[in-house]
Amino acid sequence: MTTMKEEGNYANRPSNTAFTQQRLPAWQPMLSAGVVIPGFLLIGLAFIGIGVGLLITSRSIQVLELDYTGTETSSPCYQCTMSNQSNCVCKLSFSIGTLFKGPVFFYYGLTNYFQNQRKYGVSKDFNQLIGDVSYFKSPSSDCQPYQRVNGKPIVPCGAIANSMFNDTFKLYQIINGKEELVPFDGKGIAWWTDYNIKYRNPDYTPLKNAFNDTEKPVFWTKPAYELDTSDASNNGFINQDFLVWMRRAALPNFRKLYRRITEGNYKDGLPAGNYSLEISYNYPVISFEGTKKVTFSNVSWMGGQNEFLGIAYLVIGSMCVVMSVVMLIVYAKFRFPEED
Amino acid sequence: MTWRSPLALLRDAVLSQKAREKELRSLVSNLPFEGLGKSKQPNRFFKPNAIKTNKYTPLFFIPMNLYEQFHRLANVYFVGLAILNFIPVVNAFQPEVALIPICVIMFLTALKDGWEDFRRYQSDKKLNNMPCLIYSRTAKHYIERRWKDVRVGDFVKVVCNETVPADLLLLHTSDPNNVCHIETSNLDGETNLKQRNALPGLCTSNDVFEPESFNCTVVCEKPNNNLNHFKCFVEKPDKEKTGAGIESLLLRGCTVRNTEHAIGFVVYAGHETKSMLNNNGPRYKRSKLERRLNVDVFFCVLLLFIMCLIGSLGHYLWLKNLSDVPSFLVSDSKGHLDSPSLSSFYMFFTMIILLQILIPISLYVSVELVKIGQIFFILTDVDLYDEETDSQVQCRSLNITEDLGQIEYIFSDKTGTLTENKMVFRRCSIMGKDYPHKENANRLALLEETESEENVIFSQSTLSSQASRYDEDSSPVDTHRHGSRHRSKMAVNRQSSMAFSSPLETQVIPDEKLLQQISRSERSSSGISDPYMDFFLALAICNSVVVSMATTQRQRVSSPSHSHKTNNPLESFSVLVKRTGSFWKVFDSPKQNGSSTSAHKRSDDANGVQPRALDTVTLSARPAAASGDVCYEAESPDEAALVYAAKTYGFTLLARTPNSVTVRVPSGEELVFEVLDTLAFDSNRKRMSVLVRHPITGEYVLYTKGADYAIMELLGTPYAEHLSGQQKKIAADTQYHLDCYAKDGLRTLCITKKIVSSREYQSWLADRKRALAAIDGREELMMASAVQLETELTLLGATGIEDRLQESVPDTITALREAGIKVWVLTGDKPETALNIGYACRLMEEGDLVINMSCKNKVTCVSILDCTLEEVRRYHEDPRNVDTTQKISLMIDGDTLAIALSPDLQDRFLDLAKRCRSVLCCRVTPLQKSRVVKLVRDKLKVMTLAVGDGANDVNMIQVADVGIGISGQEGMQAVMASDFAITRFKHLKKLLLVHGHWCHTRLANMIIYFFYKNAAYVNLLFWYQFYCGFSGTAMIDYWLMIFFNLFFTSTPPIMFGIMDKDVSAEMLMGVPELYRTGQGSGEYNFRTFWISMLDAFYQSLVCFFVPYLAYQGSDVDIFTFGTPLNTSSLFIILLHLGIEIKSWTVVHWIIMLGSVALYFIVTLAYSAICVTCNPPSNPYWILQNQMADPMFYLICIISTVVALLPRYTFYVLKNSIAPSPLIQAKHLDRMEPSVRDMWMKEWRSLRGGTEVKESRLSTPPSPTLETSVDFYPGFGDAASFVGEDMSLNVIGD
Repeated sequence: MTTMKEEGNYANRPSNTAFTQQRLPAWQPMLSAGVVIPGFLLIGLAFIGIGVGLLITSRSIQVLELDYTGTETSSPCYQCTMSNQSNCVCKLSFSIGTLFKGPVFFYYGLTNYFQNQRKYGVSKDFNQLIGDVSYFKSPSSDCQPYQRVNGKPIVPCGAIANSMFNDTFKLYQIINGKEELVPFDGKGIAWWTDYNIKYRNPDYTPLKNAFNDTEKPVFWTKPAYELDTSDASNNGFINQDFLVWMRRAALPNFRKLYRRITEGNYKDGLPAGNYSLEISYNYPVISFEGTKKVTFSNVSWMGGQNEFLGIAYLVIGSMCVVMSVVMLIVYAKFRFPEED
Repeated sequence: MTWRSPLALLRDAVLSQKAREKELRSLVSNLPFEGLGKSKQPNRFFKPNAIKTNKYTPLFFIPMNLYEQFHRLANVYFVGLAILNFIPVVNAFQPEVALIPICVIMFLTALKDGWEDFRRYQSDKKLNNMPCLIYSRTAKHYIERRWKDVRVGDFVKVVCNETVPADLLLLHTSDPNNVCHIETSNLDGETNLKQRNALPGLCTSNDVFEPESFNCTVVCEKPNNNLNHFKCFVEKPDKEKTGAGIESLLLRGCTVRNTEHAIGFVVYAGHETKSMLNNNGPRYKRSKLERRLNVDVFFCVLLLFIMCLIGSLGHYLWLKNLSDVPSFLVSDSKGHLDSPSLSSFYMFFTMIILLQILIPISLYVSVELVKIGQIFFILTDVDLYDEETDSQVQCRSLNITEDLGQIEYIFSDKTGTLTENKMVFRRCSIMGKDYPHKENANRLALLEETESEENVIFSQSTLSSQASRYDEDSSPVDTHRHGSRHRSKMAVNRQSSMAFSSPLETQVIPDEKLLQQISRSERSSSGISDPYMDFFLALAICNSVVVSMATTQRQRVSSPSHSHKTNNPLESFSVLVKRTGSFWKVFDSPKQNGSSTSAHKRSDDANGVQPRALDTVTLSARPAAASGDVCYEAESPDEAALVYAAKTYGFTLLARTPNSVTVRVPSGEELVFEVLDTLAFDSNRKRMSVLVRHPITGEYVLYTKGADYAIMELLGTPYAEHLSGQQKKIAADTQYHLDCYAKDGLRTLCITKKIVSSREYQSWLADRKRALAAIDGREELMMASAVQLETELTLLGATGIEDRLQESVPDTITALREAGIKVWVLTGDKPETALNIGYACRLMEEGDLVINMSCKNKVTCVSILDCTLEEVRRYHEDPRNVDTTQKISLMIDGDTLAIALSPDLQDRFLDLAKRCRSVLCCRVTPLQKSRVVKLVRDKLKVMTLAVGDGANDVNMIQVADVGIGISGQEGMQAVMASDFAITRFKHLKKLLLVHGHWCHTRLANMIIYFFYKNAAYVNLLFWYQFYCGFSGTAMIDYWLMIFFNLFFTSTPPIMFGIMDKDVSAEMLMGVPELYRTGQGSGEYNFRTFWISMLDAFYQSLVCFFVPYLAYQGSDVDIFTFGTPLNTSSLFIILLHLGIEIKSWTVVHWIIMLGSVALYFIVTLAYSAICVTCNPPSNPYWILQNQMADPMFYLICIISTVVALLPRYTFYVLKNSIAPSPLIQAKHLDRMEPSVRDMWMKEWRSLRGGTEVKESRLSTPPSPTLETSVDFYPGFGDAASFVGEDMSLNVIGD
């Protein structure tokens, strides 16, 4: 009887739990000088360590950049910048003082080129690129204005494919006045997932048949199935250069991997000596004040050379250390009485 | 159904519209037309009784709900943006994807609306199908139908304990006196029984009412929502008109009690009933914070506009600088390129789409969720739960929780708010002679000590609570309309069952001398016209107390429909106790508590057995059992106290019917007074009268009681002129006594009598009848007729009733004052009573300067105001007073207030008032209360809170920014009008100081954080525009962007807004000064908003440019570049919140870590699954690739650290060098309780928190004022300067 009544009497009593009464055990960090000194010191020292490591690594990376835009008259490629020049070839000579440690990566670079332009980025047909032949006949309207030419569908359509970089390079080492070709390794320069999953060729043999009644992109000199005449498996949409180009650069000044130097005598790098780079100059950049360059670089765990990160870590690390000293002073002067 | 032409239908529609809008409606019985087609029905134009409160129908739910939702500007904005995305030239994303966020939000809202509407539909259905009895001509008796079948013009029979289905004009009841008792708790929460009278002169034969013979026309007014007024007359075929008012109307939703059955004529049905017209749905108030929020949303729009302008301008310049058409510039299908200006114009809109989340789409939804969570925590607070009434705090407004933390002015009612409103008869003065009732005072003092004993909760309250709960559980009633009703009903059931029944109120120890005096006069004049007899007869008769037998009352509470489960055992138990328990003594069993004690107590008073103290009383002459089970149901506790007092002296009110009052006089005789009329109390007249015919003398006697100032000016000849001359001083003596009573804080009433001559009565009666039958200006006429009679009164005496202060009121007021809140008390009481209470509740301190303003004309008022203002200003400017806080209190009475509130004086009045620490307004009307609140709120631009418990506080509660109702003894009107309802005044302390502070800081910080979060994230996109030719490219996959806002970073701020705790409740209660942080603009103001926006810009700069510089010149692709940005911004945003969170509970950890985990899981899964799912963006395997690269981690770490370092360092330095009070409090909080208390004391004295306890003012009175105003030392010596028509006295130091 009594219990029943008790219950009834307090039917509306809220439950008295730590949660409902907002009394859950809690960690209440106090942001005060005394507490944060060790934290600042620790972070500072760790950052300085990381910074030193990064800086050393970055310094150990060798980089050689050569501009071949040809805007200056002294440039060997100057004549190629003149209009109505087709199949223009220019040669760039340079020398390497010490051994350029391998494996050497060979990049081409563009500046002031906005691959990240929104409408440019949209301009491709994904279904074509995974090898769906039905989209060969009617490419997506995203590809406008590179959707059709002369009434025929363009494959691969769109501005990105159309604007594919088409300069080619050959590197010669000049040994005793004789030019010796430095072998380029063009395998696996694109992302593995691009080559194997995202881009597929239609299941046709020969590949050419899939492209019947289609047109190659207007800027292209060769159709997609003939991009690499030397390697049949490097054609169509899974051509390494094509894949590299299709992965749009994030920033307007960028470089893209062209080849690696991993073979033969050059396995350990480029030995000191004179070199000549034969460029077949096709890609126009002068019109938008862009530049073209090639870059030789070896890579470490942190990728290419970049001193910024190392310096940033060093600066912030030292700042934290300084801050911890400041905190110490503040703590001594202003500590709350109970912090004894 | 016969075919009807559309024209006829149209005509009918027009006619019915006309009929409904007419000022007067003529209704006739439906019975002669029974069975005829619809077009023949005379009352077909009026609404049927079926109700429909659901807004939607299944078919039209989607369009109607969309229409509703588009009333929100935010929704329109976001849908507009989504539509913008479908325009090819400006779109930034895949159009379909852009619709997702707004669709999700609108879908959730629609789901919620739909669910609520469905519950409304269900509860409507349940109501519409309730059974009721309608008379049928064919069946010749009442047959059971459904509520929805009831039509205007039907005759409905309601049996005991049944609910009235529609508004019925009462025609007949089973009661011999033709009255019917109803309980209106469903409507206004009042549970005392109200008496309704059947319309007289309609029944042909007395016993049975025959509906078929009803051939009158009922003319009534257009439906309105006033529950207390109804005007109608019934016109018989012979053109005789009988007026009827609210006293003959049974309202839909009431329950018939103590009456076997009642028959009524339906006048209003369904949505036209008064109860339905009163259903206005939940209140919607916009809090101060939300108003500020809208301003900042506007700033964000401005910011967005500027950013988009920069974007479009940048695009223009970028295009201009391109001399030729490069291969990355894509033209349209015809190879045509838009001109730079045109495409930059398009780009403006693209930018709006891209940067749209700068306007936080989910902010409004999040704020609502946070408020729901905050309300949950307020509701579940055990400290705000009142055991006595078993009720929690109620939150009736869902969206102003944070306003509780910003209150600057509190306007409080006195009676029932500061005091208990448990009226106790203390003393009286009869014929100018004071009877101090010393023993009675002692008894009260004793009772006060055994306060806990007074915990009177009866078995029936258990029942009713369970019953109501059961009721609530079984029917999924719509919370808007019924939930609150049920809740209030429960609360009141409980209160009323104990309200007037505790020994404290029911028992009075009589004054020996008065007893002797009565027995003397009884002997001498045999009770015919002795002033003492008259005095007590007036007490017993002149009221509206309903007498009910204990047994029947019990029956009414245990309504059979609800409580079969638990009813019986308890019922029988209590009956058993009642029968056997006549010898129980309350004070003999002090240790008993809980239910059994209460049951005993109830039986005590029910059986009239007096506790120990009453043993001395000589009234035991009458048999205890016979006087027995009388129970009084009073609308106001004053009346009950007076009736109980009269009973103590042997004048027992035995029965009250509309036409008679039965009183047992000390001689044991039962006198039946014929009641000729009752002039009910109203706040203008401030008195009530009952006109009776004395059964012995046959005289017409008018008994009037009322406030002394309302009575004194109506006095005519002193009582019994023939008595010796000194008796003429009665009025003066009584006035003196009244003043003494008031000084003791008692409520005073004057009791008068008037003998009306037969001729006078007849002429008055004619006027009265005219007034009653009038429809236009009826109130005025009624009032005039009342005033006409209430003249030339003869003073009998006065009573003093004590209303004790509620528990911890002084503490609460002191704490509120320390919290920087100014407390104003507005009361209808006399100035002396008010002043006394003011001191008792520490509204004023001994040593305060009290300015008493009371003047009767404007000129003096102006001069006093100017003079005082000047003095107060000077006092403030006095350099000696710089350190001491103001200690001036203002006291003003209703008449003066009316003058001071006039437009030309109000500024000066406010100037004075705001310099005063507390203001006491006495003798104010409800309207003045609300005017004062409105004036202060509008002119001083402060947050106001009004707290009150009675109907007279409703105006002010509604006007104030926050209205708080105290569910006390005076019904539920105040609670119904309030935003929050509490049970005790002391709960205000925790509600404001703790919950208010928390709710405010939480929500303020949450909103600031929300703005920051969106700005920081959107700016990443903005900075990227500088490197993509302002072309509107996003370097983060759009789906991930949506997820980022919708999932990864949405719950932490909501949790932060609900659960963060900057300082513990103990500290906030212990150091009320902490409340001041929230006042004024509070924590969310112009400065904090812009600082956080600047911080957002800084952080986004860091978050963008660290990866930018790290990847500069490399072969990084767009999404690979965006991934560390997205990841580090997640860490920055979450850790930023981590810096803001003041206390980490397990919930915080789970949600914060869960958000990070969710980010990685969802993003990894999305990058693994989505090969082509969202062309043209393809984040396939990007995060996986990045997570294999050490650079990714290094970049994320450094950007997070650099972004948060300034804020973190700033906080650390600020907390160390110049800690805010809140931080200091937090420090104290971490100490041992004993050490903490010590520190707290020291700290508070340092901060001047103990101002209340400081010694008196040091300023001597200014000589200039001595001519007009006196500053007197010492409390209590109130010196008044009473000029011809002015009185300004200053009680002071």
